[in-house]
Amino acid sequence: MREKQNTLKILLKSGLLSGVIALSVSMIGMVGLFSQRDMIAGVLTLGQLLLFASPAAFAYLEAVKISKDDWRKGLLAGLFIGVLSAIPLIILVIISTLVNLRQYFVSVSDTLIQILTFNQDVFLGSILLILVMAFVGLIAAGMRYMPIKYRHPIFQGLIWTFGVSLFSEVLSERVRSFFGSFITKIMFKSRATQPLFAIVLFVFIAGITYWQQGHKSSIKDFIDNQPPKKKRQYQLIFLGIGILILIILPLILGTYLSEVINNVGLYILMGLGLNIVVGFAGLLDLGYVAFFAIGAYTMAVLTSEGALGISAFSFWAALPFCVAASVSAGILLGIPVLRMRGDYLAIVTLGFGEIIRIMANSDLLKPFIGGAQGILQIPKPSIGNIVLFKPGQLYYVILIGVLIAAYISWRLRDSRLGRQWMAMREDEDVAEAMGINLVNTKLLAFAIGAGFSGLSGAIFASKLTSIFPHSFNLLISINVLSLIIVGGLGSIPGVVVGAAILVGLPELLREFKEYRLLMYGGLLIVMMLAKPEGFWPSTIQKRELHAFQESTSGNDT
Amino acid sequence: MRQRFQDIDYLGVVLWLLRTGIIILVIWGSVATIIQNPYSSKTWMDFIVFGVAQGSLYALIAIGYTLVYGVLFMINFAHSEFFMSGIFTATILLANPMKASGFLDSHPFVGLGLITITAIIVSVAIALLTERVAYRPLRKAPRLVPLITAIGASFFWQYFFRGLFGSEVKPFPQIEGLIGKIPFLGTEILINQVVVIVVAIIMLIGLYIFVMKTKIGKSIRAVAEDKDTAALMGIDVDRAISITFAMGAAMAGIAGVLYAMVFRQVHFFMGFIPGIKAFTAAVLGGIGSIPGAAVGGFFLGMFESVGPSLFLQGLGIPAPHQLKDVIAFTMLVLVLIFRPQGILGERLAEKKA
Repeated sequence: MREKQNTLKILLKSGLLSGVIALSVSMIGMVGLFSQRDMIAGVLTLGQLLLFASPAAFAYLEAVKISKDDWRKGLLAGLFIGVLSAIPLIILVIISTLVNLRQYFVSVSDTLIQILTFNQDVFLGSILLILVMAFVGLIAAGMRYMPIKYRHPIFQGLIWTFGVSLFSEVLSERVRSFFGSFITKIMFKSRATQPLFAIVLFVFIAGITYWQQGHKSSIKDFIDNQPPKKKRQYQLIFLGIGILILIILPLILGTYLSEVINNVGLYILMGLGLNIVVGFAGLLDLGYVAFFAIGAYTMAVLTSEGALGISAFSFWAALPFCVAASVSAGILLGIPVLRMRGDYLAIVTLGFGEIIRIMANSDLLKPFIGGAQGILQIPKPSIGNIVLFKPGQLYYVILIGVLIAAYISWRLRDSRLGRQWMAMREDEDVAEAMGINLVNTKLLAFAIGAGFSGLSGAIFASKLTSIFPHSFNLLISINVLSLIIVGGLGSIPGVVVGAAILVGLPELLREFKEYRLLMYGGLLIVMMLAKPEGFWPSTIQKRELHAFQESTSGNDT
Repeated sequence: MRQRFQDIDYLGVVLWLLRTGIIILVIWGSVATIIQNPYSSKTWMDFIVFGVAQGSLYALIAIGYTLVYGVLFMINFAHSEFFMSGIFTATILLANPMKASGFLDSHPFVGLGLITITAIIVSVAIALLTERVAYRPLRKAPRLVPLITAIGASFFWQYFFRGLFGSEVKPFPQIEGLIGKIPFLGTEILINQVVVIVVAIIMLIGLYIFVMKTKIGKSIRAVAEDKDTAALMGIDVDRAISITFAMGAAMAGIAGVLYAMVFRQVHFFMGFIPGIKAFTAAVLGGIGSIPGAAVGGFFLGMFESVGPSLFLQGLGIPAPHQLKDVIAFTMLVLVLIFRPQGILGERLAEKKA
């Protein structure tokens, strides 16, 4: 009896929680805005998907907690959660008929109410909403009782179908340029997938996943099982394929996606630099954008054809000066903070970042770097007479920069210096006692990190052809720090993964407009909760975290 | 002789040169300003009062950073959103409708009380929710991980409230009885600045007494000292941490109301700048220490308000008030070079960080 009450309480709680989430999603305007955005043309809009996501997720999660044999109870729980989820929304609908909520909450519009009541009157609409939510909860809970053999392919199929539908705009443009408009019309309709194509895609992906389950062995296992000599050959082959893909990537991706990849590339460059400072040497730097700004401004002043530029330098001739300027700035800013530790370092570097931006913005330096008007007419890089003005061409400049930076940090990681950094990260006092010169080691970390960032800034300036102080705000530092931690601190491939997730994804989701940063914030929290060690952690950190988990779980028992 | 040269700590020399350089600049600038005498003594008084008012706002917000840092050793980047959420909600749902219906004009203090209570409730609710969802599960994770969830939570709440109430700057109504000036030491000062200063000082003292004297305060200090031992002594660590967040957020909620009274507008992005400044103040005073946060806040407010006119005007720098943040951060760097643990901080930074 007691247990039953407890279950009921838990269900009540998560049902209402799911309802409140659905309510929030509606009230901040996401449901209303995205009800115009079709996912699968004429069948499902993004707004509906967002609305039903929370009851579905909660019903499934609650059903997982209930024992596997008790399917009646599980389904009932799903139903219950679905009904409960509808209640906050119904309250919203009822209140909105009494008071004009629009004057307080800008997003509670008539459209939203119409969506929630399915264009019916309040009473009928509420009943419909309860029924639909209950149905969603029931289906989601029902998924739990499907054997995993079928459940897994269905999930995969759903993920792919929704993913393709979400990115329809970009994908349809690509498909059109390769296969012509006839095939595009079969697959996509304006910004959504055609229903038929969605079904085909779902069946195809589900089928493939189902078939794969029997053939578990992956490529990695295959290579690992080869004799050493052959293994090396295979590795070389894969490396070659990888490089080939990197080289022809802009041809596959087209202009828009190349632009996205370029932005990701610039962030990878910065991330690699910050990874040395924070990931290897353990110096928390929140003002990393300063070096980016210095690189960019050096490039601008040296090459600009406008009033403020010297314009005697080409892009390539100016590049070493940009890196040198950033490196010296890194050392100069590093000296005062050498004796600070941990979070004191963080706030002081944050201060430096802000100082640089404010100085660039001020009237004091306006005669030299333009103040708020910035510097204009920076030429794009050119090779011989060819000006690299397309994103697909600039891509190669950034690619080379990233490859060099990645190679340097890869070689540094295992070098004497790299091991000194890591010793310092673990414990400064012990490292010093072991004979490590902390001053040199720290300054080298700052200098190299700043150098990468300066390179990135220089390319950035020449890519945009004009720079303004407001491009160098704190958010860039925060973004770079987030991406190296999401990727896995101290891990070089992690930087690439982190940049792709935190820079590439938001770039592709531009149509989400003001909700982009909301989702970015939510994504950061969810990712850190799910994977505190990052998506591609370095081996050392993975080992440490596991050792730590074992020791804590040992304490609990 | 050779030996003596080798003993010289080059880093020490560089830092010494840096300090002397900045101090010479400051003295030179101040003297030049005083000789030029561009402002009347009344203007200086206005600068100082504004600086104290601004500083007390920073101090109130800084309390939240310092309390959380003292207990969890994490920079709570979402704290500026606790500040914003309370007053933003109270303005839209309460202050502006009350002004429109005339209630705020007929009962200004009841109205202001209601606004304050609403702001505190919302701020505390947001803080507790954030702690529960984004920080508590990660309490044993590496230290940078909660930092990232805090940044995530900050973005999330900013744009959540933007979605809820819109992206425009909303006016905060003027409150009858708090308009005008009162005479003070030969000049006049704005009443709302006086209110800000008085309320902030009362709250800071009240909070300090609460933390030092009550049982709950004691449990918080115990948790800050050592979580495991505190738990063994029968203290509910989760509860103590929640109360810490709630206290910080309540202070931020009050600071929000005071901020709105002075600047008379609210906005979903309004927490960002005061948040960074308050964090700077907390570090300046010595992070983890409540009196430190107060002292740091007042220092920072003063430097920002008086500094540009005093130090920079004399050096002939155009538009010196653009550079007030530069002064604030330079002060921070200087203080931390002299005293790496902040003005009132213990030498705890060395040990823990």
